[in-house]
Amino acid sequence: MSTEKKNNDPAEPGGALKEAESRLHYAVRELSQSSWVITLLSVVVALVVGALLILATNPQVQSTMGYFFAQPGDFFLTSFEVIRDAYSALFRGAVYDWQAATPERSIRPITETLVNAVPLILAGLGIAIGFRSGMLNIGGQGQIILGATCAAFIGYAYQLPLGAHLLLALVGGALGGAIWGGIAGVLKAKTGANEVIVTIMLNNIALYLLAWLLRQQWFVQTGSNQPISAPVEDSARLFGLLGGGFRLHAGILLAIAATVFVWWLLERSTLGFEFRAIGENPEAARTAGVNVPKATALVLIIGGGLCGLGGAAHLLGTEYRLGAGIAGTLGFDAITVALLGRSKPLGTFLAGVLFGGLRAGGVLMQAQTGTPIDIVLVLQSVIVLLIAAPPLVRAIFFLPNPDGKPRSTGRRRLRNQQAAEAAEQPTPTQEVSK
Amino acid sequence: MRSFTPKALFSLAAVGVLALSACGEAPEDEPEEDDAAAEENGDTQAEDNSDYTACLVSDAGGWDDQSFNESAFTGLQNAVEDFEISESTAESSSDSDFGPNVDAMVQQGCDLTFGVGFLLEDAIDEAAQGNPDQSFGIIDATLPSEPENGKPLVFNTSEAAYLAGYVAASMTETDTVATFGGIQIPSVTVFMDGFADGVERYNDDNDADVSLLGWDKEAQDGSFSGDFDDQSAGRALTEQFLAQDADIIMPVAGPVGLGAAGAIEDDGDAKLIWVDTDGYESTDYGDIILTSVLKQIAQAVYDTVEEGVSGEFTAEPYVGDLENDGVGLAPFHDFEDEVPDEVKDKIEELTAEIISGDTVVESENAPQ
Repeated sequence: MSTEKKNNDPAEPGGALKEAESRLHYAVRELSQSSWVITLLSVVVALVVGALLILATNPQVQSTMGYFFAQPGDFFLTSFEVIRDAYSALFRGAVYDWQAATPERSIRPITETLVNAVPLILAGLGIAIGFRSGMLNIGGQGQIILGATCAAFIGYAYQLPLGAHLLLALVGGALGGAIWGGIAGVLKAKTGANEVIVTIMLNNIALYLLAWLLRQQWFVQTGSNQPISAPVEDSARLFGLLGGGFRLHAGILLAIAATVFVWWLLERSTLGFEFRAIGENPEAARTAGVNVPKATALVLIIGGGLCGLGGAAHLLGTEYRLGAGIAGTLGFDAITVALLGRSKPLGTFLAGVLFGGLRAGGVLMQAQTGTPIDIVLVLQSVIVLLIAAPPLVRAIFFLPNPDGKPRSTGRRRLRNQQAAEAAEQPTPTQEVSK
Repeated sequence: MRSFTPKALFSLAAVGVLALSACGEAPEDEPEEDDAAAEENGDTQAEDNSDYTACLVSDAGGWDDQSFNESAFTGLQNAVEDFEISESTAESSSDSDFGPNVDAMVQQGCDLTFGVGFLLEDAIDEAAQGNPDQSFGIIDATLPSEPENGKPLVFNTSEAAYLAGYVAASMTETDTVATFGGIQIPSVTVFMDGFADGVERYNDDNDADVSLLGWDKEAQDGSFSGDFDDQSAGRALTEQFLAQDADIIMPVAGPVGLGAAGAIEDDGDAKLIWVDTDGYESTDYGDIILTSVLKQIAQAVYDTVEEGVSGEFTAEPYVGDLENDGVGLAPFHDFEDEVPDEVKDKIEELTAEIISGDTVVESENAPQ
């Protein structure tokens, strides 16, 4: 794709902001072009960093470290055991638990992973559409909250027949998210307001709107003054796919359908072509006859709708009750999912499953080995951080530079030495954007 | 290699630190023997309690929130030490973790699992229904389906806050006292209701006109900092109250109260009323803390574990009140001499009245 950047003259009004913005967009595009190998290696490095942190915080390891030179064997044995236990618990919690009491419990972890993945995939797709169109939608959190709020209210305030109720609640959720995303989209299209700033602010507004709604008796309909809503009616719940003992619900089908839809939208439809065109170069797109304001607004409306659907699926499939913390950190995790998935539909789907698995595995890891749940957050962050810096990963694994320039030939050098060197070398990203 | 020297220095320093920190001596005995010995000792002393597991799932605040999660955690630690039982804990990082965390505890075979906070109500309720052989407890909430193996642990804090309100009203020199909360939820506003009634009682008894800022019990509306983290918000609110002449302030907002304490310390003349724990011991602001409204979550958790260990667990709700010392007023500590004896006598009188039921502290936020 294009590596040419148009020159924004910093002297012209708003030039500096514009330049910063185009640099941001460039960085996002860079991210979406990094290779699969880099992604995979980033996961490996993240696991190593996570292991080091687990060691550093583990009291047993610390005590053996105290007499390292007297008995180094102790240190290595304990370290090995601690890491093995933690990561095997992570795996057992996320994929297959061979220590579970019943066969049913053995396969439950993978279904839990999918349960966690549903909102991440849906919202991640919404964010990815924005990235592909050169728009940084940071408002996933707000759009998820609005989606969950609308879906919940429809879910418990109305009595409707079985299929219609669920459908209406889902549509309501998508609509709520679309309206919230649309505010930012229309503002950007009409006034040029920066979507990053607007969506971040809308996140806060959504959070406090929800907090206020949860104090209104007409809204929560519980008769108590706890800030939590009534549970949604059975007819509005996403039905379970595997029956009792499993939480896996029809939301996963929704997520698969949405992935196919977004693929079709971006790769096969005219609208998607326009989206990508304004992402690559708005001026060129305008010259080619694309209605840029309309496409801009539609990107955020559709993206918001998907985030809203994610919130709705989360509420109607697993939570059932609306509380102030309904969105958790989903909105921000969705951004990392979209980045990790390189803003491609299938990539986003797989990234959502990976993050869902880390979440599900983290629960068991914490409960059985006492490893802090925060390690999971570190893993996620390191993965994304490394994907954002491909030269760093290449340096760590002695991979050749794709530019064709031969890398230095020193073989047995310390890894960090090389990493530092790679960081000092001007990367292609910097060259172009300067 | 332009940056060779700094790198070499760094490596050298790193190696040095490692070497220094690793120069300790190995334990004299083989560690494995130690473990075995410890286990044997444990087995003989524990009276077979080590196969009893008590578990705790936090809400999003985590174990270091200086508030109810931490209290519950302390209670569990004390019980683990005293009864030599096993424990397992899980921190929730968001609301969607509650169900999976409770489920993980159940799968691990926890005999008794506590959920800390009303947000875990559904998760605990569901687990209790699905696992009749295991026991459950929930703090600050009741269980909708009232299962036979689920025990609600709730606190009538309005009673203790009532006493604090009376003390505050009798000690103010500006005839103005204030309170604010973290988030408007019943377990917070129940403090504020009681405080408001205590001030009201003082006014009625002494024909006084002490006004309360920050909470209107009738309208159920008042000042809130918005969360349980942002200390600067607590400071800003407190500075406003001080500017409006309040000289005794009760923040009901966990760590946010530390911001209030900072503002009061700067002011010099005002005083603070702490909540949940005895702030004289748990914070660094003992010299400005008039008293504290105690909510004995740690004790309640400890007692429930004791019931469980001795096989006497019941679903009978635990309601902490003045009568069973589940809630109470902390000592005045540094202000022991400044609080007049008649106020102290009156507090004892009020305590007796509340226990006997002659005075009923009403709050729509109190546990039913």
